[in-house]
Amino acid sequence: MDNNLKRGIILENYSNPFNKGLIDNPNYKRINMNNESCIDNIDIMMNVDNNTIIDIRFDGEACAISTSATSIIIKILLNKSIDEALYIIEQYENMIDEKDYDETVLGEAVVYNEIYKQPNRKKCALLPVRGIKKMLEEL
Amino acid sequence: MNKDDFPMLNNEVYYFDNSATTLKPKAVIKAIVDYYENYSGNAHRGDYDISLRVDNAYESVREKVRSLINANKTSEIIFTSGATASLNMIVSGFFKHQLKEGDEVLITNAEHASLALPWFVLEKEKGIVVKYIELDKNLELTMDNVMSAVTNKTKVIALAHVTNVMGDVRPIKEITKYVHDRGIHVVVDGSQSVPHMKIDVKDLDIDFLAFSAHKMLGPTGVGVLYGKHELLDKLVPTVVGGGMNTVITSLNEYETKELPWRLEAGTPNIAGVIGFGAAIDYINEIGIENIERHGRELKRYAIEKLSTLNNIDIYNPSTEAPIIAFNVKNVFSQDTAIYLNKHKICVRAGNHCAKLLKESLGINNTCRISFYLYNSKDEIDYLVKVLDNENILEESL
Repeated sequence: MDNNLKRGIILENYSNPFNKGLIDNPNYKRINMNNESCIDNIDIMMNVDNNTIIDIRFDGEACAISTSATSIIIKILLNKSIDEALYIIEQYENMIDEKDYDETVLGEAVVYNEIYKQPNRKKCALLPVRGIKKMLEEL
Repeated sequence: MNKDDFPMLNNEVYYFDNSATTLKPKAVIKAIVDYYENYSGNAHRGDYDISLRVDNAYESVREKVRSLINANKTSEIIFTSGATASLNMIVSGFFKHQLKEGDEVLITNAEHASLALPWFVLEKEKGIVVKYIELDKNLELTMDNVMSAVTNKTKVIALAHVTNVMGDVRPIKEITKYVHDRGIHVVVDGSQSVPHMKIDVKDLDIDFLAFSAHKMLGPTGVGVLYGKHELLDKLVPTVVGGGMNTVITSLNEYETKELPWRLEAGTPNIAGVIGFGAAIDYINEIGIENIERHGRELKRYAIEKLSTLNNIDIYNPSTEAPIIAFNVKNVFSQDTAIYLNKHKICVRAGNHCAKLLKESLGINNTCRISFYLYNSKDEIDYLVKVLDNENILEESL
């Protein structure tokens, strides 16, 4: 994927993030994620039923990479089983950390496949999956 | 001024994060290396020549600090690991033993976490009440608001001398004059003031002052706790151990040394303190008044130039300290900082440890530029040129 296309996808997900805005529903688990630099601050809520992720929503204030990554990851994880979701998250983490990964499950998230060139952006890209993984592991 | 003295500036870097920490001149680095290479020993310990030389070097810095802030005696100068440690010692070593339930401590919501959090702990432990002096519409502290916040329960006012986001200088002298008659102590965080302006603790009549060496050309890991002698004398050591006691008995009792050593348990950061001494010499050679003038001139110049750009919001154009809080319109502060990093420009993005401020400022975070003596107008011109770009968000990715 060329860099302009990647940039376009990131900006589209930053400007019009998917499932942004929280709702009042006790069936959702919720988590607040601050990244270590104390800037990004997003809340993520997730509804899992019958071993399947039915919905994930988020809100908050974060940089272009954190916000777009949250939007993209949510789209990919919807309607996946817990095991599938954990597998996808692992591949995503491997990609960000420059390890071997299975590209076929990552869809649009491959726009971050060169984020390692900007080490100070890595934690931004990882912010949403850290939160979602924590919630999945606590189920 | 004096760019050649700073090895870091050989790295093609535009360093505008001086409120976080400053770069070190060769003289400071050399003093530290000299200690490690030529007279590395412990202080207050040995009877050999090297140890005496360490003692003399270490204690001479205490005199330099005393002179820098015009304290009465060297025994009023305690070396700590930084302003944070100093502020924690003031609260948990002194005020914890002086205050009682219901006593009020006044701060503001522009304070750094290092000044605010120790009081929050004491609020839980002792039932003191932390109250906020209201800031004016420019988020500055006025005497009127200080006076209306003081009640007959107020026992302490704790403030930054210069705030680390807005850069306003607080009227400390008027405050101490007003509150000392009422039996109120004044604790001042000098982290952003001591490096930039002449501080006279006697003239300002400050009870306790904290600041860090690394924000004034010195090494990290060194700070100062100043207190009036009669107050410091009542400060209970928060750390005990070697170097601070005179007698230890088999009844598990001990007696402590006199000030200042009573409050410096354990082997101090000798190399750091010696490096700090070289930093003070360096500052004195240039003259703190010249540093202050240079900082104000750079701020004035930067505000003038940045104001010509229509994509920048500046939040503190008129405060005195060389700190500018800004955002690029419609760009998250961190994205701006990362864009600037691509052009070798170092700025801070976030809330700068002043998390309470966002409620008043109405924005959650900002980019912060802060200058020191080695910054120049040429660098500001470069910064303005880089910020004069409509595609900052896109180019940050």
